[in-house]
Amino acid sequence: MTRSLHQCVIKLHEEHHALEDYQGGVPRWCSGCGDNAILAAMQRLCSEEGLAPENTVFVSGIGCSSRLPHYMKTYGFHGIHGRAFPVAEGIKMARPDLNVFVSTGDGDCCSIGAAHWIHALRYNMNITVVLHDNHVYGLTKKQASPTSPKGLKSNTTPYGAALEPMNPLTVSLGVRGASFIAQGVDWVPEVLYDIVRAAFKHRGFSFVRILQRCPEFMPKAFDPWLHDPQRTLLLTHRDGLQLSAGLSSSYRNQREHDPSNIDRAREIASMEDPIPVGILYRNPDAPCYEDLRHAGQLRSPAAIAAGLAREFDKVTVWPGGAQRPERKVA
Amino acid sequence: MSEVLERPRPAAAEATVLAEHIVEVISDSGEGAQRCGQSLAAIAARMGNGIWTTEIIPAEIQPPARSVAGASGIRIRIGAERISNGGDQTDLVVAFNEQVLLGRVQARELKPGAIILLESMWRTHRDPAVVSSYVKTVEALRQDGFVVHEAPLEERCRELVSDPRRGKNMFVLGLLCRLYGFDDQLAREQIERIFGKKDAKVIRQNVALYEAGAAWAESHLPMRYRIPARQITEPQIVVNGNTAIALGIIAAGMDICAMYPITPATSASHYLSEVFEKVGGLVHQAEDEIAACAFAVGASYAGKCAVTITSGPGFSLKQEALGLAVMAEIPLVVVNVQRGGPSTGQPTKVEQGDLLTAVYGSHGDAPKVVMAPCGIEDCFYSMITARKIAETFGMVVVVLSDASLSTAQQPFPRPQFSEEWLAPPVDQTPVPLGARPYDWDPVTGLSRRFQPGQPGGMHTLTGLAHDRNSKVAYDPAINEEGLHMRSLKLAALQKTLQPPAVYGDPDGDLLLVGWGSTMGAIEEAVTRLRAQGHAVSSMQLRFLQPLPSGIREILKRFRRVMTIEGNWSDKPEDALIDEDNRRYSALAMMLRARYLVDVDCWSETRGQPIKPGSVVAAAKAALGRLDGRMEAKS
Repeated sequence: MTRSLHQCVIKLHEEHHALEDYQGGVPRWCSGCGDNAILAAMQRLCSEEGLAPENTVFVSGIGCSSRLPHYMKTYGFHGIHGRAFPVAEGIKMARPDLNVFVSTGDGDCCSIGAAHWIHALRYNMNITVVLHDNHVYGLTKKQASPTSPKGLKSNTTPYGAALEPMNPLTVSLGVRGASFIAQGVDWVPEVLYDIVRAAFKHRGFSFVRILQRCPEFMPKAFDPWLHDPQRTLLLTHRDGLQLSAGLSSSYRNQREHDPSNIDRAREIASMEDPIPVGILYRNPDAPCYEDLRHAGQLRSPAAIAAGLAREFDKVTVWPGGAQRPERKVA
Repeated sequence: MSEVLERPRPAAAEATVLAEHIVEVISDSGEGAQRCGQSLAAIAARMGNGIWTTEIIPAEIQPPARSVAGASGIRIRIGAERISNGGDQTDLVVAFNEQVLLGRVQARELKPGAIILLESMWRTHRDPAVVSSYVKTVEALRQDGFVVHEAPLEERCRELVSDPRRGKNMFVLGLLCRLYGFDDQLAREQIERIFGKKDAKVIRQNVALYEAGAAWAESHLPMRYRIPARQITEPQIVVNGNTAIALGIIAAGMDICAMYPITPATSASHYLSEVFEKVGGLVHQAEDEIAACAFAVGASYAGKCAVTITSGPGFSLKQEALGLAVMAEIPLVVVNVQRGGPSTGQPTKVEQGDLLTAVYGSHGDAPKVVMAPCGIEDCFYSMITARKIAETFGMVVVVLSDASLSTAQQPFPRPQFSEEWLAPPVDQTPVPLGARPYDWDPVTGLSRRFQPGQPGGMHTLTGLAHDRNSKVAYDPAINEEGLHMRSLKLAALQKTLQPPAVYGDPDGDLLLVGWGSTMGAIEEAVTRLRAQGHAVSSMQLRFLQPLPSGIREILKRFRRVMTIEGNWSDKPEDALIDEDNRRYSALAMMLRARYLVDVDCWSETRGQPIKPGSVVAAAKAALGRLDGRMEAKS
């Protein structure tokens, strides 16, 4: 592969970071776990985008998905179950200069953290989210999750899950303010990388649902799709994914989809078979909450002192009572 | 209209000079009684009087009109000297109807023989049931010894405005200012201040209402009072506790407050929302209490110590996120404006029921700092102290205010801003080679915090047990080391705290111990008791966790120690209650456990601020028990 000369020269004011610079501890996921593919995509993204590790924070909740920050050599925040979104929002609001990522799972995001998920979409803060959706609770050892297929036999549903699964894509696309909704699958890493890269490039809340294999508890869940590339529908567009020739020849089921078309996006989101893969919706003009709230303003002690003095003036009783000079109330 | 009302009274006699007076304005919800009372208090404060206001708030936004339970209003205690609490019973009340007044009478909030100014329009109401209720009530009140003056509030207001129901509060303000001889010019300024955002016509109209009220009082009411004012020598600010907390947050240099609406905490966030952005801060209204706490944790982690403001139910919801902050040693300030509990409890009413939750809340061993402001001024300075402790020790600091402080107003010296109050800028310097994210000092448990943006400091913070490198602890010794270090920080802080002051003599028969908002009432009770020759002192605790040193010695100098608290304690006189099962009040429980002193407790959970008179009675009963005899309740 050839590269043009300018691609080989690092800009002098930037520091070069190799892939290893983002590799933290050795992942303790099961062998064959789809989370490894997601981790690889995130590490490659950081490296190729040249993100300074010290200015990058991976936030997570609880679950297999949420171990991801431990394997990144950036700052990481492995918090509590379901609350990765509000933690990430607090970080972004306090420090809009940081690159903030969220790694979450179908239990963490769609069940215990569902309220935060809906509102995170609505706030549209500049945060990149990867939802590891393996349709099952892994860390607590096989319980049904909100995205488990109906009938799934698990430790809490020994006679089969009673409910139809929730569709995180249609839910996300139902939220006003959502600005980037995409879907990837762990078994097509090239496309997965292109999607998370587009997600990172989007300024706003980028939500990427990634169908992810769990060899331990859902070993055959995605087998039909793995075995038949026709059952994966790749969404392409000049503003979306552009496929390499190699990929195009193996995944022939493709559709041109304009990510600005939300109605079509909702239609595609509802598809269960084939599985749509690509960028469903993108609105680059949706305002970010941190911008609307003027986050990251510089504050000086003098400004705080002056602001306090103005407030005190409104409620001050001056010596001399009635005789005190008239002061104009702001 | 009765003839009595119409006959102009002779010119008022000489004003009665009073050391203090307690005034109430009581109405249906939405009739502006609180605004009237707050204005009266502000004017009194500007006259140089001591004041304390207590709001009377029904639970609903619009309770049924003319209902005993719907009383909405305000009590203003005005004194010649500094006033530290709402006092016992009301001397003079203005009531907009007889039903809301009855609520106050039945709750024994009125002094025997109190003066009542009652809206007289109900006497000629078209509904005979209303007329009959009114007439009977007035008669009964007079029979009970109250002095009832009927006042045609709406009738007179109608001469000036189209909606007299909304205007009569300013009429009443004029009336009261005239009774107490307050300065009309100060009152006009106050009206300008409260209607400042509206147009000049509104201000003119309200000034006209004020003047009409004053004129009516001049010609119809015989009594005049004068409460001598002390010349103030330094500027004072007059705000309620929630506003003081909000101002304290700004003064502490914090710039992010994450909250979810909850009574009675929300007004602090209302005020903060209005002013915070002007100084570069912001209030984030999160989707729920948990998110508010997690958002604040995130902001704090990123380098800016944040605050979350809540009340009981919200405080319960935040517990897991607080545990995370404890585990990861993220500084955080949490304000809990306590209300009645458990569950939804009494949202608008005061209780001190959350002390043990604050100290011991969140699962596992989760050491947190717990402070309780003892007055309005304390609400302001507590926030500066809380932020500083949170950041110095990498700890969660819980500030326990309550519903009574939230709306109470009391003047205090205008704070002189100091840059030392502010947080230092976010540290972005490279982390020294070899430094670890939790380099715990073996003596103090303290470690330097790494903040995102610091080169070389990259690590994954975790709520899992972790070692000095923030790596997940799989070794039992590492888990124990973390618990050890986080606990030591409390001891390190404790060593910096000054022993609490004793009010009254340093030794004696009975020591009353309180915490938080009850200070004024307890100290006033001690003053009264000492004037009657009782060897009673008091001690008010601002730090509940850790408890400062010196307390043991103080407790031992008294024959008996009793806490005074606004939370539940079992009553020893109950048939089933004995020493083996009696549940003590929260602070009593903590003092007994720590100092092995037989600390008694007296507590009240009536949803109202504890009155000095109740404390006097409780102390006398305790003294009686001490002398081996039961004294009749006073």
